[in-house]
Amino acid sequence: MTFFIVSIIKSAVVAFVLLTALAYLQWAERKVLAHIQLRVGPRRVGPHGLLQPLADVIKLITKEDMMPSHVDKFFWFLAPFIAVLFALIPIAVIPFGTELNLPAIDFGPVHIPAIQTAMQLTDINIGVLFILGISGLGVYGVALAGWSSNNKYSLLGGLRSSAQMISYELPMALAIVAPLLVLNTLSFRGIVDGQSGFMLGFLPKWTIFQVFPFNLLSFILFMIAAFAETNRVPFDLPEAENELVAGFHTEYGSMKFAAFFMAEYCNMVTVSCVATLLFLGGWHPPFPAEYGSNYVPSLVLIGAGILSFLHGANPARPFDRITLPVFGVVFFGLAGLIAIPAVALPLMPVIWFSAKACFILFVYIWVRGTLPRFRYDQLMSFAWTFMFPIAIVNLFLTGLWVALS
Amino acid sequence: MDALLFMIFAAIAVVCAINLVVQRHPISSALSLVGVMGALAALYLLLGGEFIAAAQLVVYAGAIMVLFVFVIMLLNAGTEARGRRGWAHYAGVPLLLLLFGLIACLITRRMPASEDVVFGQFTKGGPLDIGRALFTTYLLPFEVTSVLILVAILGAIVLARKEID
Amino acid sequence: MPPLPASVPLSWYLMLSAILFALGVAGFLFRRNIITVFMSIELMLNAVNLSFVTFSYKLKQVDGHIFSFFVMVVAAAEAAVGLAIILTVFKNRQTLEIDEVSSLKN
Repeated sequence: MTFFIVSIIKSAVVAFVLLTALAYLQWAERKVLAHIQLRVGPRRVGPHGLLQPLADVIKLITKEDMMPSHVDKFFWFLAPFIAVLFALIPIAVIPFGTELNLPAIDFGPVHIPAIQTAMQLTDINIGVLFILGISGLGVYGVALAGWSSNNKYSLLGGLRSSAQMISYELPMALAIVAPLLVLNTLSFRGIVDGQSGFMLGFLPKWTIFQVFPFNLLSFILFMIAAFAETNRVPFDLPEAENELVAGFHTEYGSMKFAAFFMAEYCNMVTVSCVATLLFLGGWHPPFPAEYGSNYVPSLVLIGAGILSFLHGANPARPFDRITLPVFGVVFFGLAGLIAIPAVALPLMPVIWFSAKACFILFVYIWVRGTLPRFRYDQLMSFAWTFMFPIAIVNLFLTGLWVALS
Repeated sequence: MDALLFMIFAAIAVVCAINLVVQRHPISSALSLVGVMGALAALYLLLGGEFIAAAQLVVYAGAIMVLFVFVIMLLNAGTEARGRRGWAHYAGVPLLLLLFGLIACLITRRMPASEDVVFGQFTKGGPLDIGRALFTTYLLPFEVTSVLILVAILGAIVLARKEID
Repeated sequence: MPPLPASVPLSWYLMLSAILFALGVAGFLFRRNIITVFMSIELMLNAVNLSFVTFSYKLKQVDGHIFSFFVMVVAAAEAAVGLAIILTVFKNRQTLEIDEVSSLKN
């Protein structure tokens, strides 16, 4: 019984955090893109546009839900659900940290037993295969949306998407297999446990530093393939807005459009988590705790607080005189909170994990602000004539290394 | 719990399979088939076949069926015309039932006191055991299959390429 | 209504497999769209896979899984070639009805 209750609470927490993160990921993307292009980005709603996601959600919910008259109604309705469903499921097997130990609480008549639970919804011993399988199903949402819209551009978007997904799944799977040869397990928890410890006392035993340089190469291959799998720039041909008028979701509005948007961002989050777990050592810090890795989050937050105060003293816009010092105080408070050992020890794995995942998400946005889009024939020949051979050779060499050592 | 899960997924599989047969548009049939495959993957998990369930999702639902959907969309296939049905069609239904009855009779005869399926009884379906069997006992068939795949790729390319004049 | 048992007998899995196989045969015989016929074949292969995995459970051996894995691989090869053939047929005749592709008749 406790198991069910704990599972339900964990699911609720994960769902809440994930959905909030998705909303703010969009805010972060607009903000970072704007700064890359020397603009300021959204800043009307709330300080620095921090309430923009809320405003967007309200706008999308209250919009009229139009259904074009020429669509295939059933599949047109089904497609966004499929997209969101298969984007959300993979989160279930991703571990976010080590273990959570809550002491027993006796509060009057209420008695809560001590709880020890993994920071993960479920740990299955085919976790990697599960993620590969489920994320491969996400293409049905896009393909169906494109087909059922009964619109040339949407159909092209759906076609492009299905061909692209099949093509890039191969190099992606081959790139994932290479580190698995070294780690010898398919469960995410086992994968992260296999990367603990340090080589030569300081270099973390993350997969990308092992079997150098082959695993670094597979990391790069994985990231490129992941960009294509999530339909992001420079591989966003299914939804290329200036050639296909937004491609597969042209005919969608209001919450159905938001569903596709959410699915795309959720896929990005999943891919970042998987990359972190497989290649970047999961929740293991980049240098040993003896050298003070537990204090890094506090130091970073203190630095952010000082920066906020400095900018607040010399504000670029009048409103910042009030908001930036408030942010500074919040940063200082968080820094103090994390510096307390009782709080820090259980939270530290989660902090490192999310820091790494956020870095990869930042790379996503960075690439979007930097690279132009591929042409479709370039995209296909890149997958089949460049990435595929490299991935195979890389896998072969990694296997040789593992067999010889 | 096991029985409930079996009921749910078996029902999904049968309903989707019936839908595959009666739907007139190929894309509806294709999606029904994906539903059957997903339900079967869950049933494989109940039978302890972890690897085969994942392979079912990756290979069947994630690759083969996407290819089907791709071709249906590419050819823009319309709904099947409702044509005249010969007497052979109607004769087929009882024959089909006969076939099913024969199989069912065979199963009940040959496995009268069959044991119950309990989840977790069979644990050799993980990637480790599959890989070990695949690369020792079944190494030759495995290699032959890879040659078959190679031939199939070449054949598909030759068949589907554009004629260069 | 009797209470739901905790687990189901092995033969139910085989029965499900038989039902799916029969439905696959029905689709194969009654449908006239080439792609749907092809998908019915895939349904039959899936039904066979289910019985392979069930027998593997019964015998407590992994061989059934290996066989269904081979079936999957062969199905992939078959899908690639078959769909290429369908593309060629459609290119030459602009139809997907199997009854229309009857040049060898008479």
